[in-house]
Amino acid sequence: MKFSDEFETRFAEMVPHYPTKRSALVPTLLYAQDEVGFLSDEVIAEIASRLDLTELEVRNVISYYSMLITKPRGKFNVQVCTNISCMVRGGEQILDHCKKKLGVGNKGTTADGLFSVEEVECIGACSWAPAAQVNYDFHENLSVEKVDKILDGYRHG
Amino acid sequence: MASLVSHPDEVKVVSKRFGMGATDIDRYLELDGYKAVRKALAMEPDAIINEVKNSGLRGRGGAGFSTGMKWSFVPKQSAKPKYVLCNGDESEPGTCKDRLIFEHDPHSVIEGVMIAALAVGAKSGYIYIRGEYRYLSNIMQKAIRDAYAKGFAGKNIFGSGRDLDIYWHGGAGAYEVGEESALMESLEGKRGIPRIRPPFPAVVGLWGGPTVINNAETLASVPHIILGGGEWYAKIGTPKNGGTRLFCMSGNVAKPGVYELPMGYNLKKMIYDVAGGIANGRKLKAVVPGGSSTPCLTPEEIDVAMDFDSVAKAGSMLGSGGVVVIDDTQCIVKFALRTMKFYKHESCGWCIPCREGTDWLEKTLTRFHRGGGLKKDIDNMQYLSENMLGRTFCPLGDAAAMPTIAFVKKFRKEFEDHLDGRPCPFEKAGAVEELPVMA
Ligand SMILES: Cc1cc2nc3c(=O)[nH]c(=O)nc-3n(C[C@H](O)[C@H](O)[C@H](O)COP(=O)(O)O)c2cc1C
Ligand code: SF4
Ligand code: FES
Repeated sequence: MKFSDEFETRFAEMVPHYPTKRSALVPTLLYAQDEVGFLSDEVIAEIASRLDLTELEVRNVISYYSMLITKPRGKFNVQVCTNISCMVRGGEQILDHCKKKLGVGNKGTTADGLFSVEEVECIGACSWAPAAQVNYDFHENLSVEKVDKILDGYRHG
Repeated sequence: MASLVSHPDEVKVVSKRFGMGATDIDRYLELDGYKAVRKALAMEPDAIINEVKNSGLRGRGGAGFSTGMKWSFVPKQSAKPKYVLCNGDESEPGTCKDRLIFEHDPHSVIEGVMIAALAVGAKSGYIYIRGEYRYLSNIMQKAIRDAYAKGFAGKNIFGSGRDLDIYWHGGAGAYEVGEESALMESLEGKRGIPRIRPPFPAVVGLWGGPTVINNAETLASVPHIILGGGEWYAKIGTPKNGGTRLFCMSGNVAKPGVYELPMGYNLKKMIYDVAGGIANGRKLKAVVPGGSSTPCLTPEEIDVAMDFDSVAKAGSMLGSGGVVVIDDTQCIVKFALRTMKFYKHESCGWCIPCREGTDWLEKTLTRFHRGGGLKKDIDNMQYLSENMLGRTFCPLGDAAAMPTIAFVKKFRKEFEDHLDGRPCPFEKAGAVEELPVMA
C-alpha cells in the first residue's frame, strides 16, 4: 500500500509524539482517507499493522467517528448544517436545494461521482449561518443563489 | 475566513489580536507575544496558580469551573508524566468562538498551554482540534513549528533549562469527544466513550498521568492574566466571574457574530444593542443562552447578567457562550426536535437513560411535529427528561434532557397547538418531498 510522501512525513512525525503508538490512529485515518477517498480494506489493514492493532480494533474506532467512512463518496462532499443556528436561518432549505439540484438524497452520490450531499451537525459556523462545508472548505451566510454559484464553481473548477 | 464584527461595548482581551496577522510568529512577538510565558518561567508554580485563581477565570468550555482551582488539584509529585490538554473540539451547537482564536491567534493558545504546563509541572501539552477544522489544524501546526524553530518549545525553552513539548492532535467528527474523559480516550486512539470518575483527570488522566484539561478560550485567556495581573482581569467581570467572554450571537438577530464582552453583560442589551435586535422586524420568542444544551429563556427572562452565577439563578446556564436567538416565526416543537435529533445522534450509547431517552424523545417529538401528538405525550416528555437527569455516566444525558424540560414547561401552549392531527402552525405550504436515504 503506497501513500504520498506528504502522508509518510506526517505519519513519521506524528507517531513519536505519543507514548503509545495507537494514539496516532484517529488523525492518521483521516489523512489516509483524504488521500484514498475512503478507508478501504487495504488502508485499514495497512494502518492496523503500522500501529500494532488488529483490523477489528481499527474498524471499531472508524465506526465511532462520523467523518470516517468505509465506502467511496463524491469527489466533493457537500455537508450542509441543519442544526439550530442554521435551521432558524434556512439551513434546511439549503440542504433541500442541494439534494434537488444534484438529484440525490442524504448521503447520496451523483452518478458521475462528482458530488455527494450530507446533512451534518453543527460545524462551528453558527454566527455565519446557514453554513456548509465542501470537503474542508467552509461556505457561510448561504442563500440558494450562493449555493448554485459555489457548486458550479466546484463542477467547473 | 469567518468575518469579524465589532461593537463599542466590547472589551478586547482574547480577541485583541484578531485581524492583526498574529498567526505570524514575528507579528505575534511584536504584539506582546510570548512575554507572559517568559514571565511565568521566572515565577514559582504556586504563584502562577494563585494569579489565575485571583483572576476569577472560570472554564469557557461550559461548566465554568475555576481554572486556578483545577490546576491546584494536580499532585505536585507524580511517578507518571503530567500533561496539559487543550480542548478545541468545539461542537456544542451555537458555539463558534474557539475557531476564531485558532484562526487569528494560535500562539496565544500555545502560550496558554505552556503556562498551564509550568504551573502544574507538565512537560508536554496537546492541542486537540476537531477534524472538521482542517484549515485551523494547518494554522496550528505551523504555529507550533515556528515556536520550535525559535526555541520557545522543545528542549531548553527560552534558554531556561526547561523542556516543554507542544503537540497538535486532530479529531474526526464526534460531539461526545468534547467531554473531557472522552477527549482523552480519543487522543489515545480509541472510541470516545467517557471514563468513570473518580479518579478525575487531574489525578489519572492521559496515559494514566495527571492531566489538566481546559477549553481553548480558557487557555488563550491565561497569558493576558499573567501579563495584566489577576486583579486587573477579575475587575473586568463580576464577582467570582472574572474577565471577558467570547459570546457567539447567532440565530434571528440582525448582526450575528462573535463579540467579546465583559462577564455579566446584560443579555437583553446583548441581543437588542450589540447584535442589532431581532432581524426583519420580527419579535423575540426565546433565547438559548449558552449552547444547545442550556434551557431556553423567554423574552420575560432575558434581563439577566451573563455570568455563570446569574444565568444559573435565572434557571439556565452560561454554558459555552453560544447565544441562539429564536424569533416568532420559529416553531418551538421543531426546535426541540432538532435539538434532540442532535443529542440522539451524538449519544455514545453507553448509558440506557441517555441512549433510550434521547431516542424515545426524538420519536415523540417527530410524531408531535407531524401532528400526531397526544396530550399525555407532553407530560410524558417532561417525565422522561426529568428521569434522565443525573442518571448517566457523563453530562450528555443532562444536556439532552435540560433543554427539553424547559421547552415543554415554558412553551406548553405551543405543544398543545400540535395535538390531535393538527398540522404544525409554523410549517410553510409546499414542504419539500423527502428523497430516499442512501446510507
Ligand atoms: C457532551 C459534552 C461535550 C463537551 N464538548 C466540549 C467542547 O467541545 N469543548 C470544550 O472545551 N468543552 C467541552 N465540554 C466540557 C469539557 O468536558 C470540559 O469540562 C472542558 O473542556 C474543561 O475546560 P474548561 O474548564 O476550561 O471549561 C463538553 C462536555 C460534555 C459533557
Ligand atoms: S450520558 Fe450518553 S453520551 Fe454520556 S456516557 Fe452515557 S450514553 Fe454516552
Ligand atoms: S448550527 Fe450550523 S454551524 Fe453551528
